[in-house]
Amino acid sequence: MSQTFDEISSQLRKRHRRSARLKWISMGALGLAGLFLLWFFSDMLGKGLPAFQQAQIQVEVDYNEDASRMGRAALDPDLSRLVSRTFERMIPVQIRENPELLGTSETRWVLANAQVDQYLKGHRHKLNEQQVVLVDELLAEGRVELKFNTNFFTTGDSKMAEASGILSAAVGTVMTMLVTLAIAFPIGVMTAVYLEEFAPDNRFTQLIEININNLAAIPSILFGLLGLAIFINFFGVPRSSPLVGGMTLALMTLPVIIIATRTALRSVPDSIRHAAFGVGCSRWQMVRDHVLPLAMPGIMTGSIIGLAQAMGETAPLIIVGMVAFIPDVGASFTEAATVLPAQIFTWAGEPEKAFVEKTAGGILVLLTILIFLNATAVILRKKFERRW
Amino acid sequence: MQTDQLLTLFSGVLLLLGLIAFFLGRAKAARVRASGTAMYAQPDQYAWFAVLATAGPAIVVSAVGAFVLLLLGAEIPTPYLLAGSLVMAAVGLMVGMRQVRPDFHARQAIERVIRWVLVTAAMISILTTFGILVSIVFEALRFFKMHSFWDFITGTVWNPGASFLAAAGRAEEGATGAQFGSVPLFAGTFMITAIAMLVAIPVGLLSAIYMAEFAPSRVRTLAKPTLEVLAGIPTVVYGFFAAITVAPLIVDIAGFFGVDAAYNNAVAPGVVMGIMIIPFISSLSDDVINSVPDSMRQGSLALGMTKGETIRDVVIPAALPGIISASLLAVSRALGETMIVVMAAGMRPNLTANPFEDMTTVTVRIVAALTGDLEFESAETLSAFALGLVLFAVTLSLNLVSVLMIRRFREKYRVNNL
Repeated sequence: MSQTFDEISSQLRKRHRRSARLKWISMGALGLAGLFLLWFFSDMLGKGLPAFQQAQIQVEVDYNEDASRMGRAALDPDLSRLVSRTFERMIPVQIRENPELLGTSETRWVLANAQVDQYLKGHRHKLNEQQVVLVDELLAEGRVELKFNTNFFTTGDSKMAEASGILSAAVGTVMTMLVTLAIAFPIGVMTAVYLEEFAPDNRFTQLIEININNLAAIPSILFGLLGLAIFINFFGVPRSSPLVGGMTLALMTLPVIIIATRTALRSVPDSIRHAAFGVGCSRWQMVRDHVLPLAMPGIMTGSIIGLAQAMGETAPLIIVGMVAFIPDVGASFTEAATVLPAQIFTWAGEPEKAFVEKTAGGILVLLTILIFLNATAVILRKKFERRW
Repeated sequence: MQTDQLLTLFSGVLLLLGLIAFFLGRAKAARVRASGTAMYAQPDQYAWFAVLATAGPAIVVSAVGAFVLLLLGAEIPTPYLLAGSLVMAAVGLMVGMRQVRPDFHARQAIERVIRWVLVTAAMISILTTFGILVSIVFEALRFFKMHSFWDFITGTVWNPGASFLAAAGRAEEGATGAQFGSVPLFAGTFMITAIAMLVAIPVGLLSAIYMAEFAPSRVRTLAKPTLEVLAGIPTVVYGFFAAITVAPLIVDIAGFFGVDAAYNNAVAPGVVMGIMIIPFISSLSDDVINSVPDSMRQGSLALGMTKGETIRDVVIPAALPGIISASLLAVSRALGETMIVVMAAGMRPNLTANPFEDMTTVTVRIVAALTGDLEFESAETLSAFALGLVLFAVTLSLNLVSVLMIRRFREKYRVNNL
């Protein structure tokens, strides 16, 4: 039974419509992924940006006898319920350090507590009605204000939301990353150099290769178990320290650096190697003086990306105990410390509502650093990449 | 003296000896060369050989000594060990200096040492896998001595409850109540993984198809790195996002349809995990689809197939091993994902098929068992390693199958860049 031309062309139209539908659906999928990203970033910005502002309140501080024992006595009783307790606690200390303060008084801007802060930002708060009226009055007089939150960048963790900051976590991150880089970079580059330039193609080499690919896909939490069982329990590295955290993360970063370095080494053309051998270089001289310098931009890019990955990692660090409450900035590689993602995790677990914006603020800082690192990697690659 | 100070002193002396070796070796080699004798290597190479001969044995001796100390528990006082190493360094210095002779191949000797150093570095990655395996297996075995393996695999009640009493030697007070049946944990893990895959595979695969087959190159160069951003966001951030933003939204939506949802339901972490995994699938699938030979597309189009039919009936079947491989990697990733579920999923082991209830996962229990103030010897702490062992086995086999699939694809179409 033969078909008419009309039937055939209507069939054809149908088939082309179906083809076009696939195009639109797949485009929609990509758009959906983009929308997720947009939703995520706008949500984080919306929640986190207020963290960079903090309510401050102008109060009369009266350094009297009572205040040298209990800081609260230096303030007007009504206002003292609006001021952060961290400030009140500091008053007796200040008087002890500067006895001449006693008997004087001054007007100054001090940190308001988290409830005032949340009220000013229009979030849920626990102020009672009188306090709300009082804050409104102060606001009208210009004695309560949202100011830039320098505290957030200059202090460590605190149990009080208004006084907590990310400095100790940031320092912990820097120290942990130093350890990670110091271990993972040389070992990673040496492994890659061995596999690409020295190793014979035998069973042993293949074993190492399979093993590295497998390591790259092992869940990160298992590295934490290794850190706990081997580094802490067996070698006795201090728990919660940047040292043990950095060592654990180094093992995780190793495959990333190895794979990136191998790719970079492979992209150096063989003619370079032949020329080096031709003028009498030994294999190591060839690698050191010719291949490695040419591959360096690629190696750096890979290492920065690996470092950025390690910087955002939390799970293995929780297992090795780097979620401690660290109010002071650490100074040693063997003392307890915390890192930015762990700090975010700790804050996210705080029941106090005011910590939500601190968490989001910390997330914004972490994301900014990561974006900066990745952008550096991309720029490095763009600038120094050579096509042979 | 403190160990730190001792170590500083040791490294200082070793550095000094190395410097001495370098300058003495170079001076001697230069002297020999100046006398007109032909030498196999440059003075600097003799100098470096002298340094290696000095520092190498000392470092090896101290490292071996430290290992003996830790592994066998032998009692070698640290000062003696370090002093012994320094003596070795001095001996090495003398041997190295005697080797500065015209007929000695200093460069080749250095090469051999460097080769061994590189091999040692390459061994570290093997040692890491080995270390993970050993640490998990040993602790897991201790756990299975307390609780039977069969109960662990098939039990449906996870209630570590009073297991710490047993560790404290007070077993009769209620340790009998502790039960370690891992089925609810794995059920929760697979539920959340399944939800994640329901999000990630369609979106990731379709995005890859769009980028590889339809998109103009400008869109492609922009879209690929943008998608990669999703993979670069730290998981702790996703966890916060899931718990604070997505979970209440899911509860509201479920409530709109008259379904009761818990705030730590399985859908929120599942969906967010799916978003995180999209780039894993899209990136690898994109590469695979791109390496399907163009001749296959041309053949199909020449036979009168539409573009859509070509993709559906020719390109995708050809790329299937690669796509499956990407999906398996994604599943392995989702199974081991920790922070999202720790922050957004429940803590209660719950054997249910309703994704709107709270349920817990393997990784959540591992974290919960190891972050408390429990004694390390307690069954609950050790259960984390037993769970880790199962997780290791499952992800390892998924990874291996995935590697085999991609290798088959690579051999079939002779592509090298995958």
